Amino acid sequence: MIEVQNLSKNYGSNKAVDDISFCAEEGEILGFLGPNGAGKSTTMNILTGYISSTSGRALIDGIDVLEDPIAAKRQIGYLPEYPPLYPDMTVDGYLKFVYNLKKCRLPRNSHLNEICDLVKISDVRSRAIRNLSKGYRQRVGLAQALVGNPGTLILDEPTVGLDPKQIIEIRSLIKKLGKNHTVIFSSHILPEIQAVCDRIVVINKGRIVANEKASTLAAGLSENASLRIRVEGSEIETKKLLGSIHQIKRVIPLRETEKGVFEYEIEPKKGEDVRREIFKKLSSRNYPLLMMKSNELTLEEVFLKLVTGDIYGNMKNKEEK
Amino acid sequence: MLATFKRELGAYFTSPVGYVFIAACMLISGFILHGLVLLRGSADLSPVFMLMFFVILIFVPVLTMRLMSEDKRQKVDQLLLTAPVSLTAIVVGKFLSAYAVFIMGVCVLPVYGIVLSFFTTVSWMTLWGNFAGIVLLGGIYVALGLFVSSLTENQMIAAIGSMFLNLVMFAFNPLANEVSKFVNDFFQFIPNALRSISVFDRYRQFTLGIFALPNILFFITGIAVFLFLTVRVLERRRWA
Repeated sequence: MIEVQNLSKNYGSNKAVDDISFCAEEGEILGFLGPNGAGKSTTMNILTGYISSTSGRALIDGIDVLEDPIAAKRQIGYLPEYPPLYPDMTVDGYLKFVYNLKKCRLPRNSHLNEICDLVKISDVRSRAIRNLSKGYRQRVGLAQALVGNPGTLILDEPTVGLDPKQIIEIRSLIKKLGKNHTVIFSSHILPEIQAVCDRIVVINKGRIVANEKASTLAAGLSENASLRIRVEGSEIETKKLLGSIHQIKRVIPLRETEKGVFEYEIEPKKGEDVRREIFKKLSSRNYPLLMMKSNELTLEEVFLKLVTGDIYGNMKNKEEK
Repeated sequence: MLATFKRELGAYFTSPVGYVFIAACMLISGFILHGLVLLRGSADLSPVFMLMFFVILIFVPVLTMRLMSEDKRQKVDQLLLTAPVSLTAIVVGKFLSAYAVFIMGVCVLPVYGIVLSFFTTVSWMTLWGNFAGIVLLGGIYVALGLFVSSLTENQMIAAIGSMFLNLVMFAFNPLANEVSKFVNDFFQFIPNALRSISVFDRYRQFTLGIFALPNILFFITGIAVFLFLTVRVLERRRWA
């Protein structure tokens, strides 16, 4: 379990982390989401005892990181943003070094074999780290964090630099590890957090802007989900037809996707479900409905909304560009 | 401590640094032996030890330049400082690894004594006194190099910085001699103080065959001070 209480870190007058508090329960995967420079890495460095906090406390399994750093560090496996590797060592030599450094007492060979199988680096164990690709280095870094089987894993952007297949592998690995470890895992890749985490903490400019269950965060912010539909038939007619449905607030024609097929964005009135009405109206005119999808906010939009307070303005600006 | 010691010692011999250092020690001490001992028909090895002072002054920084600076540059310090070990253990482990390579390098010196002993009588007590002196001298230079290395991310700056500081520590001796010429008797405590912290003066007493406890304590204290300062540098970085 990880508890962070009123943590702050100042660099001169610059507040890198400003009074943040959150808690990751036993066996929970906590996603740490924020743009670059939001304070994610700083928070993680404080949690692992690499740097000190200006004020506030960080507790790992009830142990204060500053009061008893060695006992707290024993509970943590840390993968920093740049995997801390010695390029002149072989993977095997490096993992044995980490094993000795952490004063691990598990049976060495079987423990290291198990980790190498888990992160799939068994085939490169005799190679020098300097000759490994970025993806392999990242995985050796992850292996290093797993040595000693710590109860808490702190992973700072573990999927950066991996190819899509490796990203999926690492994600499913993190999910697997989350069953018997407490995991804090930072990323700015949003679907990733959505796919893996139970709880999401969104951080911006050193402050927490949201701390909720992954599912409630997306749902809570997307109650006014709009619909996107494609209809074959005259644009003016369709617009008029849809406009006559009284639960619909606004119809925005977007573009012609194929010849004679137009796409519209439908903004229903608050809390109304207009899908059936749309179907009935269109079929009364024999206008085929070719697509209908709900524009539920993705985490990306949720994120922008939380950070800027307004997604649509921003999204439109982007489209105009 | 053992983990960092083993890792750094291994690193000296996966790169050429360890081999080059040992080879250079052997080569240069061999030249000095040839010139100052063998050609003169002497059995006194003290001149070899005396001149090795300057060799060590220049070569030890090459041995220590990488120790701390490279960790910071490669960001491995994040692994070391978040591992459940104390900073002292990390620093002492690194110190001992460089010190071990240094001792391997100077181990050739007693071998000269053994070789000479086949042809003449060798003053073993003087030889071992000299050897103890050079081992202690190396300790203080390795600790100083480690300290300078912890201050920078750049190996070259670490090497040149510690060579410079080594020279400064040597310069206390000529400085004291100059100062004593210009000050009256009352102010003689200034050159005396300079001499008492002069590594060269302390070391020369070993090569003269004087095996004095204060000199031994001086070197051991010096090693402890520089290791302590290195730990403080790492500690301070955490609080920055």
